[in-house]
Amino acid sequence: MGLVLDEEQTILKDSAKAFFAEQAPVTAFRKLRDSNDETGFSRDLWSAMAEMGWAGIIIPEEFGGLDFGFQGLTLVLEEQGRNLTASPLVSTVLLGAGALLEAGTEAQKNALLPMIAAGELLMTVAIDEDHHFDPANTALAAKADGDGYVLTGEKTFVLDGHVADKIIVLARTSGEKGDRKGLTLFLIDGTAGGVTRERLDMLDSRNAARIKLDQVKVSSEAVMGPIDGGYDALSKVLDRAMIGLSAEMLGGAAAVFEMTLEYLKERRQFGQLIGSFQSLQHRAADMFTQLELSKSVVMTAATAMDEGSNEIASLASLAKAFVSETSNQVTREGIQMHGGIGMTDEHDVGLYLKRSRVAEHTFGSAGYHRDRYARLNDY
Amino acid sequence: MSDLDVFREEVRAWLVENCPPSMRTPMGNDEDVVWGGRKANYKNPEAKLWLDRMGAKGWTAPTWPKEYGGGGLSKEEASVLGQELGRINARPALASFGLWMLGPVLLEYATDEQLKEHLPPIVRGEIRWCQGYSEPGAGSDLAGLQTRAVLEGDEYVINGQKVWTSYADKADAIFCLVRTDTSTKHEGISFLLIDMDQAGVTTKPIKLISGNSPFCETFLDDARTPARNLIGRLNGGWEIAKKLLQHERTNISAGGFGAGGRSAALEEVAKEYLGAEGGKIADAVKRDEVVRHKMLERAFAQTLKRMSAESKAGEVSPASSIIKYVAAEMNKDRMELLVEIMGLQALGWSGDYFSAEGLATTRGMLRSKANSIEGGTTEVNLNVIAKRVLGLRDHQ
Repeated sequence: MGLVLDEEQTILKDSAKAFFAEQAPVTAFRKLRDSNDETGFSRDLWSAMAEMGWAGIIIPEEFGGLDFGFQGLTLVLEEQGRNLTASPLVSTVLLGAGALLEAGTEAQKNALLPMIAAGELLMTVAIDEDHHFDPANTALAAKADGDGYVLTGEKTFVLDGHVADKIIVLARTSGEKGDRKGLTLFLIDGTAGGVTRERLDMLDSRNAARIKLDQVKVSSEAVMGPIDGGYDALSKVLDRAMIGLSAEMLGGAAAVFEMTLEYLKERRQFGQLIGSFQSLQHRAADMFTQLELSKSVVMTAATAMDEGSNEIASLASLAKAFVSETSNQVTREGIQMHGGIGMTDEHDVGLYLKRSRVAEHTFGSAGYHRDRYARLNDY
Repeated sequence: MSDLDVFREEVRAWLVENCPPSMRTPMGNDEDVVWGGRKANYKNPEAKLWLDRMGAKGWTAPTWPKEYGGGGLSKEEASVLGQELGRINARPALASFGLWMLGPVLLEYATDEQLKEHLPPIVRGEIRWCQGYSEPGAGSDLAGLQTRAVLEGDEYVINGQKVWTSYADKADAIFCLVRTDTSTKHEGISFLLIDMDQAGVTTKPIKLISGNSPFCETFLDDARTPARNLIGRLNGGWEIAKKLLQHERTNISAGGFGAGGRSAALEEVAKEYLGAEGGKIADAVKRDEVVRHKMLERAFAQTLKRMSAESKAGEVSPASSIIKYVAAEMNKDRMELLVEIMGLQALGWSGDYFSAEGLATTRGMLRSKANSIEGGTTEVNLNVIAKRVLGLRDHQ
């Protein structure tokens, strides 16, 4: 465990690499996009990923999981990112299982974690209400009603929200929009009465949904974690999600870099390989350098998560900010260095750019994370 | 208890006994750095004591073999030693180009006899080496060097000029790239060791924009060195030269640009000079620049750690160019950022009106401009990454 992969991790990485390349390469994603697939990912693929143990990779063995460690999950996510594979790994495992492990009651964990590990339950967490990520800006109201609650309001950009069986909703139980206090997590059924869901058609052709809650009644057993203390509980879940998504972006950026480097070595102009031009060489060298730095921040953050470091929040923001910028740079340069062919829908580089831009803004942009890092470190 | 834990206990106990109290305090300025050598002048006798004790133990060169005066430690043990030295804030016992650059390539290319002659004095800090690489006509195009060495009997006679020789005026000996074949470029270079205590070697400090003179011109006029001081093969010096540069790039980047403790103060300096509101740096734009820089420093430190975990003890690779590139640009940016934060306070040249911190920042910003020139320019390092790491070809 750590900054160099051990033998088990290397085996996992290699098997993930082979699995995605064979079962879910970019062509598979392209087919989903072009067929306007309603689910947005292949349920068969998700079953196969669950069989590999990845749906339960961070779930303890007592709940039917593999308990392989968080760094293992980041390795799978990196390979998924490399192939632009669409799967509910982020929504169901990073967010759903992450939230259950962090804030779930024993009853909730016993009921749901084994189903997640088996690939039989799709989950997500509904956080955003606005076009910029900021969990404190939650207004969706949960009003006490008898021994339960009634939830009313709207969530947006909910990952896999249109197909999730269970949705964990961040709601306001006290205070005002903008307050970190007064937020509580509720577990609801995706098909509960009063829930309407609309899939949003995003740039990356992945899954984000707008979800309206109109007088959705839940019992007190739906509460996850402390009442009014949901922000802190969710922050720990989000740290996981930020690191995991950074790993996925790292994989995507590495793939773009590799295809660009290959192109520099085969495309000829002015009677030369374009990769022999110094203006391109230096930019390629800089991209490679930023990718090496990005790899370090992801591995360090993932290792720290497994070790239970008290610096997780800072390391998660470092990873998300740094990798977002690297991925942005590499996808921009990827298109530029491919020239006209890079602008075509037929070429894969554009698909990676589209995925990157959405991922850059999911769970907070680089700017959001610089500010968070500064706050955490008293700058 | 594992063997490593036992070793840690031993190191701790030894340090308690042997690291003098004044060697556990932060260094005041550059004059506190101990470079050793025949001309060394120790203001603080405890610095000499600390060097002698560490040198005798071989711990100034922890992973070098014991038979050559080193500590004979494994990579893991050396890492424990480093942690324990860090824990008590021990000053480095010795700063030395012999330790950082010459020794590692001698271990790879020198004969047993040469190792026995040259390594022990380096470990003990008895000799101070300098690096004879650049010439007036050979900067980034280092292989264009013209300093000639001709074998006469059992001695080489050397004629030519080196430049940007760091601390040549304080050094005892110079490891030098010389031309031993004029009919070819890279394949006509040899790696020679030359004692500077002779009439044929003179040095002249160069005054820089910072007002300081850390670099010299070094003149070789019929300088002589025994033929046994040729390292590696005759005309085989270029390979050694490149390997040494990798060590140089790794070392100056890891330690020399002050990316460590000093920079922890960046946010504090910003709060002091720009004001703080609710504990935050008041200027939102500068705050973002500070945090951007702090994040890069952290990503860099994590990368150093990762690369060191991936490599064997003392091993270097062309990836050292990544480290050098990032470290150089990062430190230059940091110094410019400090000047922006401190404003005109950091643009004074001398006088009581200016704080010591302000004056040091002025000089430091000017000095930092060399970071992306010395030890291989940023552009050369990008070339190395492009060609030797990424496999991109030369222009035809």
